Amino acid sequence: MTHPDTRAIHAPSGGFWRRLRALTVKEFRQLLRDRSNLAIGVILPILLILLFGYGLSLDIRHANVAIVLEDGSPTARDVVAGLGGSDYIEPTYVLAMSDAEGLMRARQVDAIVRIPVDFSYRLAQGNATVQLVLHGTDAATAASLRAYVSAAIAGWGQRQADRAGRMGPAAGVQIIDRMWFNATNSSTWYLVPGLIVLIMTLVGGFLTSMVIAREWERGTMESLFVTPVRTLEILLAKIIPYFCVGLLGLLLCVAAALGLFALPLNGSLWVLLVSSMLYLIVALSLGLFISAAARNQFLASQIAVIATFLPALMLSGFLFDLHNVPIGIQRVASILPATYFVELAKMSFLAGDNFPLILRNWSILGVEAVVLITAAWLRTRKSLDH
Amino acid sequence: MRVLSHFSATLRRIAFLFRKEVLAILKDPANRVILIVPVIVQSLVFGYGATYDLNHVPYAVLNESNGEASRELIARLDGSGVFVHAASLRNESDIARVIDEGHALLVLHFASDFDSRLSSSGSAPLQLILDGRNSTTVNMAAGHLSALIAQFNAIRANATRNVVLSQVGIETRAWFNPNLESRWNIIPALIAALSMIQTLLLASLSVAREREQGTFDQLLVTPLRPMEILIGKALPSIFIGLVQASLILAVSLWWFRIPFNGSALLLYAGLALFATSCVGIGLSISALSLNMQQAMVYAFVSIMPLMLLSGLVTPITNMPWALQIVTYANPLRFAIDLVRRVYLEGAGWQDVATAFWPMAIVALVTLPIATWLFRNRLA
Amino acid sequence: MSVALADGLAIEAADLLKSFKEGKGKPAVAGISLGIPLGQLTALVGPDGAGKTTLLRMVAGLMKPDAGTLVVLGINVKRDPQAVQDRISYMPQRFGLYEDLSVQENLDLYADLHGVPANVRRDRFERMLTMTDMARFTHRPAGKLSGGMKQKLGLACTLVRAPDLLLLDEPTVGVDPLSRRELWRIVQQLVDEERLSVIVSTGYMDEAERCEHVIVMNDGKMLAQGTPEALREPADRCCFVAHPPSGVLARTLQARLIDDRVNIVDAVPVGGAVRFIRAAQADDADIAALLGNERSEAVPACLEDGVMTLLHAQSAAAASSIFATPSTSVATTPEDGERPVLIEVRDLVRRFGDFVAVASTSFKVQRGEIFGLLGPNGAGKTTTFRMLCGLLPATSGFLEVAGYNLRTARAEARGRVGYVSQKFALYGNLSAVENLTFFGGAYGLQGAGLRQRIEQVLDEFDLATHQHSPSGELPGGFKQRLAMAAALLHQPDILFLDEPTSGIDPLARRAFWRRITALSEAGTTVVITTHFMEEAEYCDRIVIQDAGRLLAIGTPDEVRAQVPDAADMNTAFIGIVEQARSQKPTTEKAVA
Repeated sequence: MTHPDTRAIHAPSGGFWRRLRALTVKEFRQLLRDRSNLAIGVILPILLILLFGYGLSLDIRHANVAIVLEDGSPTARDVVAGLGGSDYIEPTYVLAMSDAEGLMRARQVDAIVRIPVDFSYRLAQGNATVQLVLHGTDAATAASLRAYVSAAIAGWGQRQADRAGRMGPAAGVQIIDRMWFNATNSSTWYLVPGLIVLIMTLVGGFLTSMVIAREWERGTMESLFVTPVRTLEILLAKIIPYFCVGLLGLLLCVAAALGLFALPLNGSLWVLLVSSMLYLIVALSLGLFISAAARNQFLASQIAVIATFLPALMLSGFLFDLHNVPIGIQRVASILPATYFVELAKMSFLAGDNFPLILRNWSILGVEAVVLITAAWLRTRKSLDH
Repeated sequence: MRVLSHFSATLRRIAFLFRKEVLAILKDPANRVILIVPVIVQSLVFGYGATYDLNHVPYAVLNESNGEASRELIARLDGSGVFVHAASLRNESDIARVIDEGHALLVLHFASDFDSRLSSSGSAPLQLILDGRNSTTVNMAAGHLSALIAQFNAIRANATRNVVLSQVGIETRAWFNPNLESRWNIIPALIAALSMIQTLLLASLSVAREREQGTFDQLLVTPLRPMEILIGKALPSIFIGLVQASLILAVSLWWFRIPFNGSALLLYAGLALFATSCVGIGLSISALSLNMQQAMVYAFVSIMPLMLLSGLVTPITNMPWALQIVTYANPLRFAIDLVRRVYLEGAGWQDVATAFWPMAIVALVTLPIATWLFRNRLA
Repeated sequence: MSVALADGLAIEAADLLKSFKEGKGKPAVAGISLGIPLGQLTALVGPDGAGKTTLLRMVAGLMKPDAGTLVVLGINVKRDPQAVQDRISYMPQRFGLYEDLSVQENLDLYADLHGVPANVRRDRFERMLTMTDMARFTHRPAGKLSGGMKQKLGLACTLVRAPDLLLLDEPTVGVDPLSRRELWRIVQQLVDEERLSVIVSTGYMDEAERCEHVIVMNDGKMLAQGTPEALREPADRCCFVAHPPSGVLARTLQARLIDDRVNIVDAVPVGGAVRFIRAAQADDADIAALLGNERSEAVPACLEDGVMTLLHAQSAAAASSIFATPSTSVATTPEDGERPVLIEVRDLVRRFGDFVAVASTSFKVQRGEIFGLLGPNGAGKTTTFRMLCGLLPATSGFLEVAGYNLRTARAEARGRVGYVSQKFALYGNLSAVENLTFFGGAYGLQGAGLRQRIEQVLDEFDLATHQHSPSGELPGGFKQRLAMAAALLHQPDILFLDEPTSGIDPLARRAFWRRITALSEAGTTVVITTHFMEEAEYCDRIVIQDAGRLLAIGTPDEVRAQVPDAADMNTAFIGIVEQARSQKPTTEKAVA
């Protein structure tokens, strides 16, 4: 026997840090060796940053509108003159309604404004109408156009009234609007904070959803179980590397937001970082729980997409305003951790620290993290019995 | 004759492979659930949740004037069906609170001299504070508000000054979506978008899974040729994609009652071509991946940009020119366009021919690539 | 701690019970009581599904027994599995190596998890790497090692520390004789030097014979236990060797003997003769008739004989149906005179980059031959095999299978070939019938013809009872038969079998070989790889490969004759490979 003492060295309870370190190093190695992880951890965030920053926009600019002036009178011309002159609407004048309808069918214009032949005549009678035909397929654009055109034409009516009443030009209620938190009034400003949510969700939910399932599938779990390793160590060792990948994504996003897209950071950086880390932990725990429950990579990844990514994109209030959805959907959204993080991220970038809100959302995220980690822990018992 | 018998033998082998693939997918109860339940749940949830419609815009009022005109204006807001009165504020410092905490998206501030100025000089400023954290929503809300106020002004002008000046009525008509519900826009798009996710994932896993489980070799020693394997693998994914699309279509027709105006045949022809192009992408991913995990990750990394650059959530026309060019390689963009046009507008074959070509080209490029990759990654 | 337990029991079990699927079906372990002393090498043997793995998993605390008590190293496992896991090492059947980590990183991980201090570790690693002969591969990813090397690495990872109890679940499945010998040397050394308590489950009876204590399990129960000597006893004075008459193959006589389940317990071809065990109640006249009046001589019994006798008594009735089924899976009848060449290989070479996996190999296989490919793990067998099946293109050389050149007519050649891979490679969630339907269709069968063939193979391979359950959940022997059935549906000219008997118990192996000899008699050509050297005796001709080179080719007798005094094929194989390696040490780098 070369080392009779090797048997006496086990110190079962004392090795927590040592074992955690060993497992974490292992996870890091596996993470770095698989190029597909890099794809999600680094390439996808950069792609998304560029897409969201430069590509996607919900702001309507230069909407094409066909204007059919069947009545050629100066009054009629005056009515529609108010429609141009902004970068909101790009008017195209056509002669006949049929031409305009052709353009709309071909989707070359989004709306038609028609001044009927008898417009001036009926205006004198007191019951003139302007026809507005909208292409309803893109309902959001159409609704915006409707509001804009209505406002423009009502504005003309008011100007007429002013002139007739020989009053000054600034009559009636004048709106002086101030857009808080979004000086440029650009959707980029709220899409980019939402982007951080997406990336944290991807790294946390999607990447980790497969890591425990993989160990089951490849049979490495059985070998791990019969060592002094504790379940919690296995779970923590899986969280740590992906947490780092998530942080990398976060830093990329914050740098891009501030550097490339010139977003303000009205709140404090540390609040943003803490919120992000907290959300990252929730997402990781959710991913681990899915992985532990599914024990099968295919199923786990499917559930992860359905349970983490799509809701974060569609229901977190990142794209669609939660005030305007039915109450049932609001309930669903109020369970989603992404909802709270979206609120925090927008607050940090655009609004500035609001501590009651921060504390409320942090504690909700904290509770969710604890619940999910516990669930993952309970689901990963060191046992082959199902 | 020989060619014919060869061909029928090929068809038979493909049929057997198709049957096996469908069985292998559907025999797993977890798979059956995952292929059917989520699309239905998602189409319901997103149908309700993914909306730009304004019907509950919460606003707060700080009315320091409290006169007749300001109250009437507020009453008009409440009656509009768009705005919901969320809070009445006492002083200016409250504004920050309601906005910060998201209780109100906009605040109307009537200064103390609002009513007096309006009646004396006929003109008064109204301060409007907007929460820019979702600028799209508040911009639309602000648009509504300014239309309301313009109307209010015109009526007041007529009434107070006894000027016989008729106002101009606007007769609005919306094609294809009379009430301008954004659900009508999003659900048809989901028919293509949601079915794409699993079509692409299934296709990209199909070969990777056989490779990981060792059954691929067993398949390769049979007389099945690479082309036959490819077709036998592609058809089940296309089939499942179409089934999922049909489920969402059913939700759209019978749950949300969005009227279908076009030709079902045309719709399915388009969806089949779309599924084929997705499967082409998926199978190429599958041939490139070494194991299931890689296949899933790569599939996902491709799904993301495909979804974002499709016009599903943001209009294509809002994208910069260069990116709009890129979207020509995205079959989902054309599938969404096709479905919306056929479904809502009742477009015919000629109207949507332009949507068929890009999808066909994607399929014609990716499927041969996948075949080539199969053959050349064997060694 | 080891001192305190020196005289205790390593394992003490009473009335252990474990069922799966919530009590439905037969329990995997049905009331086992045993006591295994410390410091002893104990073997667990028995057919597939006997409950060996379940018992080991319960001992390791990975499964909870439904009833009964189980005390391991003085600890109640049910109550405190972690305390047991802190002190034992366990090597599962499929050791979960991290394939993307290198050999060294795998070792480091397990050393860290077990808390082996740095100074101890250095020596331990060095010793493990030397013992497993892996010092050269420490930077290679574990996924790139050959099957035998992975098994050895798994053992090394299990043994990074000296546990109080070592559990090994079939550690030598798929491991070649040389590596097997090394593996056992390691275990033996640890037992001798550290007085390690070891429990090993194994399908190799020669391995069980090395142990001090053997436990025979069947159907979840303990059939017998004792020293190997004691377990031989049932077969004592029943073992004989008979020489076939001239012109008759040993395997023909063996087939005739083993088909008589009443009088004969077991028969295997050995060294050109047949070794058999006659049943206790056998009739002398019947035996004489079977032997064709050739004389037989008595030989001493070994452990395998004892175990076979025990199992025979248990399953005589059930097993009888498996053996004597005439094969329907052959398209042609054997021809007289010169048999045509069905496989011709000339100067076959396969390189992977710089690495030569198969170096200039030539051989021919005739119709109806059983042709064995033997060699250590990583010798190039699998590569040769994959080229023959058309799964891998050759770098250079000529390759003709069933009359088709594989360079030009791969698909045609594939239609005449059946292939059974090493790992179960049918669709696990499809039933037997669904799998057969698919593969039949892929080979061009259809309609009534296909249905009829499926009926035939279900019958021939005794699959009917499980034909509708998911094939992935079938017991090992069933899976193997199903894979054979799928490969034979289209009545191929050539059947390729890649390690078909790895991990299969002796009883099932006899049945398997009986089928193969029947196929060959009917004219099917069989090409087979195996790590059981005694199975080479069934072959007409064998080749031995190492490091991509062909070292020996010929009948088993001719190959055996190359090594002086080789009593059996195992010794001959080790002799030939070692001799070749000593002549050309540079080839040691070759591992596929």
